[in-house]
Amino acid sequence: MKNEKNLAPRPGFVLDVDRTSPPVLFHHGDTFKLEKLPAGRSRVIYPPEPLEGLRDPDSAIRHALENPIGDSEPLSALLRPDMKLTIAFDDISLPLPPMRRPDIRQRIIEAVLDLAAEAGVDDVHLIAALAIHRRMTEDELRHAVGDRVYDAFAPSGRLYNHDAEDPEGMVVLGETPHGEDVQFSRRAAESDLVVYVNINLVSMDGGHKSTATGLSGYTGLRHHHNVHTMRNSTSFMDQENSELHASNWRMGKVIRDAGVKIFQIETTVNNNTFGRSGPLAVLQKREWEWSARDRASFVAMQKGLDVMPSSARRQIFNSWEAPYEMTSVQAGEVEAVHKVTTENVYKQQIVEVEGQTDILTMGLPYISPYNVNSVMNPILVMCLGLGYFFNMYRGKPLVREGGVVIMSHPTPWEFHSVHHPSYIDFFEQVLADTTDPIEIERKYEKQFAEDEWYIHLYRNSYAYHGVHPFYMWYWGSHALEHLGRVIIVGGDSSAVQRLGFQSASTLRDALEMASDVVGPQPTITHMKNPPIFLADVK
Amino acid sequence: MKALEFRRNIPRYAAARLAGSFTPGRGSGVGPIRLVDADIPELPNQDWEIVRPRLSGICGSDLATIDGKSARYFEPLVSFPFIPGHEVVGDLQDGTRVVLEPVLGCLSRNIDPPCKSCQEGQLGNCEYVTFGEISPGIQTGSCCDTGGGWSVAFAAHKSQLHPVGKDLSDEAAVMIEPTACGVHAALSTGIDPEGTVTVIGSGTLGLVTISALRSYFPDVKILATARYPHQRSLALDLGADVVIAPNEIKRAVRRMTKSRAISLSTEDGNVDRLTGGSDAVIDCVGSSESITDALSVTRPRGKIVLVGMPSSVNIELTPLWHREIQLVGAYTYGTEKLADGSVARTFDLAADLVDSAKLDRLLSAVYPLSRYQDALEHAASAGHRGAVKVAFDLRSEKERDLL
Repeated sequence: MKNEKNLAPRPGFVLDVDRTSPPVLFHHGDTFKLEKLPAGRSRVIYPPEPLEGLRDPDSAIRHALENPIGDSEPLSALLRPDMKLTIAFDDISLPLPPMRRPDIRQRIIEAVLDLAAEAGVDDVHLIAALAIHRRMTEDELRHAVGDRVYDAFAPSGRLYNHDAEDPEGMVVLGETPHGEDVQFSRRAAESDLVVYVNINLVSMDGGHKSTATGLSGYTGLRHHHNVHTMRNSTSFMDQENSELHASNWRMGKVIRDAGVKIFQIETTVNNNTFGRSGPLAVLQKREWEWSARDRASFVAMQKGLDVMPSSARRQIFNSWEAPYEMTSVQAGEVEAVHKVTTENVYKQQIVEVEGQTDILTMGLPYISPYNVNSVMNPILVMCLGLGYFFNMYRGKPLVREGGVVIMSHPTPWEFHSVHHPSYIDFFEQVLADTTDPIEIERKYEKQFAEDEWYIHLYRNSYAYHGVHPFYMWYWGSHALEHLGRVIIVGGDSSAVQRLGFQSASTLRDALEMASDVVGPQPTITHMKNPPIFLADVK
Repeated sequence: MKALEFRRNIPRYAAARLAGSFTPGRGSGVGPIRLVDADIPELPNQDWEIVRPRLSGICGSDLATIDGKSARYFEPLVSFPFIPGHEVVGDLQDGTRVVLEPVLGCLSRNIDPPCKSCQEGQLGNCEYVTFGEISPGIQTGSCCDTGGGWSVAFAAHKSQLHPVGKDLSDEAAVMIEPTACGVHAALSTGIDPEGTVTVIGSGTLGLVTISALRSYFPDVKILATARYPHQRSLALDLGADVVIAPNEIKRAVRRMTKSRAISLSTEDGNVDRLTGGSDAVIDCVGSSESITDALSVTRPRGKIVLVGMPSSVNIELTPLWHREIQLVGAYTYGTEKLADGSVARTFDLAADLVDSAKLDRLLSAVYPLSRYQDALEHAASAGHRGAVKVAFDLRSEKERDLL
């Protein structure tokens, strides 16, 4: 049997569908569908195969720390005994799905702590830079930083979740020339050095966004997590054309000018989301290359999932840990580091695509950045499809203006009451009134952002901040403005209606419904995602 | 004359209860109500007149009676057989168009001196509804001597009759009586001018109550529950600030009142009860569930006004005790004291409100008496058939012109 890992990874690929093309696998929440796309006018975009991971990640990390990029001294030269050191790291939303142990954050934090110990640094705090995401549980923190680090720091209160609503713990560092308040963690602001530990899954991550967003709160976030910014980020995955990126960079300058010294450590991972072998490996293979064994394992998996209750399916998928491998690590000055990181992300994810399509189809998986170990509620379905998937482009959107997006997902009217309490209210009150992002922002955002109960749950429980569902809706606002129609296949029709979309039972029905908008015989493009790709649309 | 008569008949009552439990309004087919050829009521004295109904509405309490669900509490307060119908616009013999104020208080019973409530103008609270010159009956439509609106003619005391201005249509006039209930309920809240009110239910009573609240308390925040889209739309149009589905009430009141939530775990994001809540809740449904919801969302020392006729309910009263909530009924009307200290008859206020808020739009369908089963089933399922108020239309009854 050939060792697939020894073959050179193939780049992304655009398949023109013809009569001989096999059905295409669509993710459909915690199940899957095989769909036959119309021949002669459909194409499928496949992500590049996983790049090789670094052979010795720990050595690569140590090398990066001592050989920084940009205007920065090596980390060891920045450490001294009497200093105040803060290590901030990406939260549970990265990577997706969570990766197998040891997590990259653990590797890096252990390396940083080794250097700090050698330098005699005592005052060290570790902060999960979650902005207004939910707090991480002990298990999740242990997974991210490792048991050794957790046991050494958490019991003494030196490893904790960022609290953007702690009146004593937050400070406004200044204002950008655009009038944006830069709100920041007081501990980080008062530290002699902030070391940021990043996992860059998509090109939007990292850079100044790590700290300007991750260690901020509503006072700062509202300046770029809004409809105007999102509609002027075309796309927010393309730094050259992202107002979100520009705003974070302006804030980064204010942070730097306020005297906050940041040593940025960024990493990239490959596309090995489901494994080169194992129970889910078939999900990252191209359908015409499926072996008899692949087909059998897919059928068995599909049948097994079909007879399970959704809670059991969710439990199975939530327990999946991706065998991601680190493909690069770079450290030093924020902007210089991020430039290299972005190139490495592109190396793994870019697929060149010729021209736009009338209809863009996407099978939405069980996971998004905001439902790790949780429920993919309808608002997150919208955000994943119209926020993330739609924006996975450079140049032009994959779908033409006035075109149609067809998403496949069960979209249950279901919420995780611990993680998403304000989402329930957003769905019941706000979307029952309007789905217009501008109107939503104007009429409801402040009420939810300042709601004391949501703030209590964010600070003391494991709830996303009250304003978070608004940001999810804004994330899709560029798509909502761009598209002529959105259709969800196989969704709960009440929930889909509340989202303001149309519901279809089958892909064939959805294509029929879409033809009302885009005309007969439309062109169709399917995003075979995940694993993730970024379409470079010419 | 043609009339729908309700007789005391225990087997039929049981059959109606059974049928009504399967399909609301179905009790009309098997229960004690029948279309009969009845005698025109005799006038008890010279202060009474014959009224020929033009439109006669079907009320929730009528439907409860027909489906065998009304409380046994009323048994000694009514006299059989009776002809239902108390939401009436009709004509007097001289052609004057009138609306009926149906309460049979001391004046109509020729009781002198009147009871304390009647002396104070609170006719709905009359203490002597089983005494005097006519048989027991709390209202026209429950007394065997007077007849009722679901017929070609009935008897009414002059004090019960309110002339209708020529500009007010029959469709508007028939809404005055239910609107008076809403006016009374709204004013019973005694709410602060900028307080919060929750209205449970957006059927006829809920909608007229919302309209009354908005009219007398322009700055209060009104949240209403509505089960159907047309109810939601009407509730918003009549002045509700927020309209939500019934199962969303706790979260919605929490948001409106900026309360925190209480559940078994203070950290789980579910909402079982609230720390604060609405200043007043007007329950226009009257079920165990609605009263329980009301108790969950009323603030400590707040007030629940029960407008929907509750019959027998099973509720946990601990929150009433613990939060010192007032639970008060709002049965009908009489006179109201307004914010400026003035006093007005509820019916007069209701007539003005029906006109200004165009509440005639709440009348959704009319039926002849001969189709009473269809009418009652329609009224009992008004919500999911997209209707609000259903009434009998007697304007085309041939007998009417012979009287």
